[in-house]
Amino acid sequence: MADALLEAQDLRKYFPVTSGGMFSRVKGFVKAVDGVSFSVYPGETLGVVGESGCGKTTTSKLVLTQEAPTSGSLIFKGKDVSQLRGRELKEYRQAVQVVFQDPFSSLSPRMRVGDIIAEPLEVHSLMSRQGIKDRVGEVLELVGMPADVARLFPHEFSGGQRQRIAIARALATNAELIVLDEPVSALDVSIRAHILTLLEELQRELGISYVFIGHDLAAVAHISDRIAVMYLGKIVETAESLELSNNPLHPYTKALFAASLPSHPDEEREELAISGEVPSALNPPPGCHFHTRCPYYMERCSEDEPLLKEVSQNHTVACFLY
Amino acid sequence: MVTATKTLLKVTDLYAQFTGFGGTRVVRAIDGINFTLDQGETMGLVGESGCGKTTTCHAIFRLLPPAGDIVSGSIEFDGQDLMQLSDSEMRSIRGRDMGMILQDPMASLDPLFTIMDQVAEPAHHHRGVRGGSLRERVVELLRSVRIPSPEIRMREFPHQMSGGMRQRIVGAISLSGGPKLIVADEPTTNLDVTIQLQYLNLLRDLQQETGVSLVFVTHNLGIVAKMCDKVAVMYAGKIVEQGSVRNIYNNPRHPYTQALIQSIPRLGNKDPLYVIPGQPPNLAELPTGCAFHPRCPFATEKCINEEPPYVSFGDGQESKCWLSVEEAKNG
Repeated sequence: MADALLEAQDLRKYFPVTSGGMFSRVKGFVKAVDGVSFSVYPGETLGVVGESGCGKTTTSKLVLTQEAPTSGSLIFKGKDVSQLRGRELKEYRQAVQVVFQDPFSSLSPRMRVGDIIAEPLEVHSLMSRQGIKDRVGEVLELVGMPADVARLFPHEFSGGQRQRIAIARALATNAELIVLDEPVSALDVSIRAHILTLLEELQRELGISYVFIGHDLAAVAHISDRIAVMYLGKIVETAESLELSNNPLHPYTKALFAASLPSHPDEEREELAISGEVPSALNPPPGCHFHTRCPYYMERCSEDEPLLKEVSQNHTVACFLY
Repeated sequence: MVTATKTLLKVTDLYAQFTGFGGTRVVRAIDGINFTLDQGETMGLVGESGCGKTTTCHAIFRLLPPAGDIVSGSIEFDGQDLMQLSDSEMRSIRGRDMGMILQDPMASLDPLFTIMDQVAEPAHHHRGVRGGSLRERVVELLRSVRIPSPEIRMREFPHQMSGGMRQRIVGAISLSGGPKLIVADEPTTNLDVTIQLQYLNLLRDLQQETGVSLVFVTHNLGIVAKMCDKVAVMYAGKIVEQGSVRNIYNNPRHPYTQALIQSIPRLGNKDPLYVIPGQPPNLAELPTGCAFHPRCPFATEKCINEEPPYVSFGDGQESKCWLSVEEAKNG
């Protein structure tokens, strides 16, 4: 296999919790991301699934260098991202772009679409005004919108069109990796299909890699090549998308699949309704974090922590059952 | 499932519109819809944003915003025509005989009142339950929506609850008056998948216990497949197809329904998705003829000029498409 575009090695991000007040003391840590390793290859989509509070968004912030990791490293094209300074850091930020969930709040209502898309180009390149304008038209056409919408404002567009504009902005600097943070959850079903298909086409044409974050398993499984399932700051299972859909191993993954809705009323699902809610990340259960909700709980689970183990080719799972 | 065939809700030829700019601009949000709902039955109302799903729910409750008006039609609920009732009679029905669950549980709970106060209000107001028996009723309701240690939690405030718990409390409030009908407007869109499954299972259990009828408004066809007995598909203010869930999934007759079903990703299948071209229409400037024709792969000259009628098929399925007219004619 080719070299990884981005590689995360034992990435951790702990947020301190203080007692508040002037002489505040650190009471503990929220382990938002707790030892996560993954890699993204060129032209590939890595899906990240999990419920709210599992650390998906913190992981994406670490990749986007919006947060600095507590420990661990991110390697982009062989270079450690935390060591990048000045021009190299700018280059990294050009190459790694993001599309957020809610296109109503991620586009400034006071800027014209053309200016929104041009902003990363103004920051990162020395293009002439005409060059920027041409590039804006080019990326708008890539996302299937006419170039003359550049003079309009975001409020003139529907949710799906706005999401296209957000994608165009991410493409403007010739991004190599785009972090898609639940890009379709806020959209209608028919528009979802539009955006997913557009993303797939762009990947085929331009060879971009995606990190696709979501909690809708069917959508994530559809677009991703490989999927990592996260629970309370840890990756509990990784596998190729089809392999994971057909043969989920970790009880949490099974529960997620059981919870995903049927596509036909006669479709039978294995009933594996897990009880309770995700425990607080401030005080996660000892041992395997999932043991409080797991239907296959064994005594060992509350004492030891299972490590990721390769059970078949490219399929790793962190559970004592395997 | 409760085996009752009594019709609880019957909506006939309902038209509702919004008027703006001093009456110069009229948006026909509901454009002549018909449906019935039996006791203990669950109906799904599906469609894209802006197709009139939410307006339909508000119209059933006669709670349209000031700019909105029900133009004509009747809403028969439990033997009464709601359109003939006065405002105060309507008030005594809302919360007692019909309950509503809204999308955002944070916005539908009052942050200044305890859970007890909010769950108790419909029972207190409509059913005259007081004192100790009111407290018992609240505990029982909270227990039925699986709130752990309800005696303690009912003294707490909404901000102390998680999102899933808040939505369950909204469910408890809607049950508090002992309603015959609950309208749930996208109740699970803000919830995580595992919590969503818990909530849907809970609603289904509650329905079996109380025999309440449910109207599920959603754009998620998976929820419809899981929960509903029948389904009505809305497009541009009209119901374009309705029938039993099984029939609609096995044999969708309207091209819009077909397209919707084909555009959802399926697990374990990476085939390209069907993409419905274009955008949902602006209700203020509807296309001529069938409103779906600009996006329809089967559109003909006739579709552009003439609006198709409803065609009923023997199995209770109803579709509003010229293709169905042909199909019915040819048997």
